[in-house]
Amino acid sequence: MGMTLTEKILAAHAGRDAVAPGELILAKVDLALGNDVTSPIAIQAFRSLGAPAVFDRGRIALVPDHFAPNKDIKSAEQVKMMREFAKEFGIVNYFEVGRMGIEHVLLPDEGLVVPGDLVIGADSHTCTYGALCAFSTGVGSTDLAAAMFSGEVWLKVPETLRIVLSGRPAKWVEGKDVILHIIGEIGVDGALYRAMEYAGDGIAHLSMAWRFTMANMAIEAGAKNGIFPFDAATKAYSDGRAKRKYEVVTADPGARYADEISVDLSALEPVVAFPHLPENTKPLSQVGDVPIDQVVVGSCTNGRIEDLRSAAAVIRGRKVHDGVRMLIFPATQEIYLQAMREGLMEAFVTAGAAFSTPTCGPCLGGHMGILAKGERAISTTNRNFVGRMGHPESEVYLSNPAVAAASAVLGRIGGPDELP
Amino acid sequence: MELRGKAWKYGDDVDTDVIIPARYLNTSDPAELARHCMEDIDATFASKVAAGDFIVAGKNFGCGSSREHAPIAIKASGASAVIARSFARIFYRNAFNMGLPIFEAPDAVDEIEAGDRLAVDMERGSLRNETKGKEYRFTPIPPFMRELVAAGGLLHYISKRKKGD
Repeated sequence: MGMTLTEKILAAHAGRDAVAPGELILAKVDLALGNDVTSPIAIQAFRSLGAPAVFDRGRIALVPDHFAPNKDIKSAEQVKMMREFAKEFGIVNYFEVGRMGIEHVLLPDEGLVVPGDLVIGADSHTCTYGALCAFSTGVGSTDLAAAMFSGEVWLKVPETLRIVLSGRPAKWVEGKDVILHIIGEIGVDGALYRAMEYAGDGIAHLSMAWRFTMANMAIEAGAKNGIFPFDAATKAYSDGRAKRKYEVVTADPGARYADEISVDLSALEPVVAFPHLPENTKPLSQVGDVPIDQVVVGSCTNGRIEDLRSAAAVIRGRKVHDGVRMLIFPATQEIYLQAMREGLMEAFVTAGAAFSTPTCGPCLGGHMGILAKGERAISTTNRNFVGRMGHPESEVYLSNPAVAAASAVLGRIGGPDELP
Repeated sequence: MELRGKAWKYGDDVDTDVIIPARYLNTSDPAELARHCMEDIDATFASKVAAGDFIVAGKNFGCGSSREHAPIAIKASGASAVIARSFARIFYRNAFNMGLPIFEAPDAVDEIEAGDRLAVDMERGSLRNETKGKEYRFTPIPPFMRELVAAGGLLHYISKRKKGD
C-alpha cells in the first residue's frame, strides 16, 4: 500500500517497511531540541534517570530564545541551568545570546535540520521544519528528556490531510495569508492529530520562507505536522547548508489521505485573524476600522529576511503613526546582519520603529513589548489567544509582514495599497 | 481507582496560555504554577479548587504551546483529572507522560454543569454524574498508554526498555 510523506519518514525511522495511521511506533530521532522555557523541566527529568551521557551530543539543540536575553532573575537561572547542562554533557549545539536566534529559524538556517529528518522539539512550533520535507513535531519536556536519553520518541502515526494548492498568489499575499486562510476554513482543531501534506502546482510559487511560515502554523490547526514535498526550492535551500547528508522522500502515488481540500492561491487577498483564535479570520478588505497601539514583526513564524524585506518595502520613506509603537525582531543574528547590509534596519529605524536583538519575547507575552489592559496589537506572530501578548484584556490581530507594516503607518489595520 | 470531586466547567479551545500564562513560565515549581492555574480564564479557580475536583471542557482542550507547565499546574492545583470532548495532541501526550489522567467523554461533557458532583472509575471506564444521577462510558485509554502509566511514566518506561528489562 502506498504511503504519504509523513508515513514514509516515520516508517524509515522506526526501521519498518511500512506504517499505517493509528499505529504506535518507537522512532529514532535525528534532532531533539528545547528552549529556555521547556529545557529546565527536561533537564531535571533527564538527571533523575542518572544517565552518564546523552544519546548523541551532536543531535541535541538547546536554544535559550524565549525569555533571553534574560528578562529577570528567574529566567537567568533557567538559562544558567541549560548552559551548565550543555557544558557538563558536551552538547554541541547550545546557542548563547549573541550567537542565538529563534530556534525554528536558526536550526534549519544552520543546516542542523535537513530533508527527510525526524525532529522533535519541546516547543509546539517545531512543526516548522516540515517546509524541508522533514517530519517534525512539538512534544513536551518529558518527551525531550526521554529522547535525550534514548534517541527515540513514541509516536502515533497520524492520518494525513492533503491540501492541494493551485494558482499564483496576488501582490501582498504571502505564505502567512495562505495558512491563515486554511485555518479559517478548517478551524483550530480542523487537523487535530493529523498531518497536513501540501501538494499541487501552486507550491512552485511559494518561497522557502513562506513554506516555513505555513508549516510553522500547522499546530494552530491542531495538526501533528505540516509537510511540503521536496522540490528545486528545497534543494537550493539545503545544498551547501545541510550539515548532514539528506534523504529525498516522495509520497507514493497510491498513498491514502483521510481528507483533501483545495486552495486557489490566486483567489486570496491578505488575511487578518481577529482575537482570540487564529481561526477568526477575515479578508483584509472586510476588516473595517480597527485602531492599533502596537505592531510586531518577527517570531518563528515571520522573522526571516524575506519577512523583513516585505515590511521594509512598505515602511521605507514613511513614518510609524504617532500613536503606534512598531517593534522589529530579526529571528537570528545572521538575519540581523543581512538586514543591516541591505539597509532594512535603517529603513525601520528611520521610520521610527524599534529594532531588537533576536528573541521570542513579545509573541508569547514574555518581554520586550507587553500590552497593557485594553491595548491592541497587530502582529506577524502565530497566536492571538486571550492574554497572549500581555494583559488578559489586550488584543492581538495576526497578519503578514506587509500588512503589519502598512498598519504601523496608518495607525489602524490596513494594507499597503491604502498608503498615500 | 475512583476519582471524586466537583466539576469546573469551561468551553471549547481552552489554550495553554490561559491554563498557565507565559508570564509565569520563568519557573517550573509546581506549587507556584498551581497558584496561577487557569488565571486568565477564571481568576477564582486556583484559590477555590478542592482536591479531587475535575476540569470539564469542550473540544481541543490544551491547544497552543507545548508547555508541560500546563498539566503540571493542573495536577499541582489538586484537580484529579480533565474531562473534555477532545484534547490538543501535545497536551494529550504531556498529560500521560507526567501522570495526569485525562478522558474524552463527549456525551458527559455536554450535560455536566459547573458544580456537579462527579465520580470516575478509571478501570471500568465510567463516569457518574451524582448530581444528575446519570452514568456515561468514556473512550478507553489505548494499551500503549496504559503501559506508560503502569511503568510509572515515560521516563521509567524508556529506562527499563534501554536496560532490556
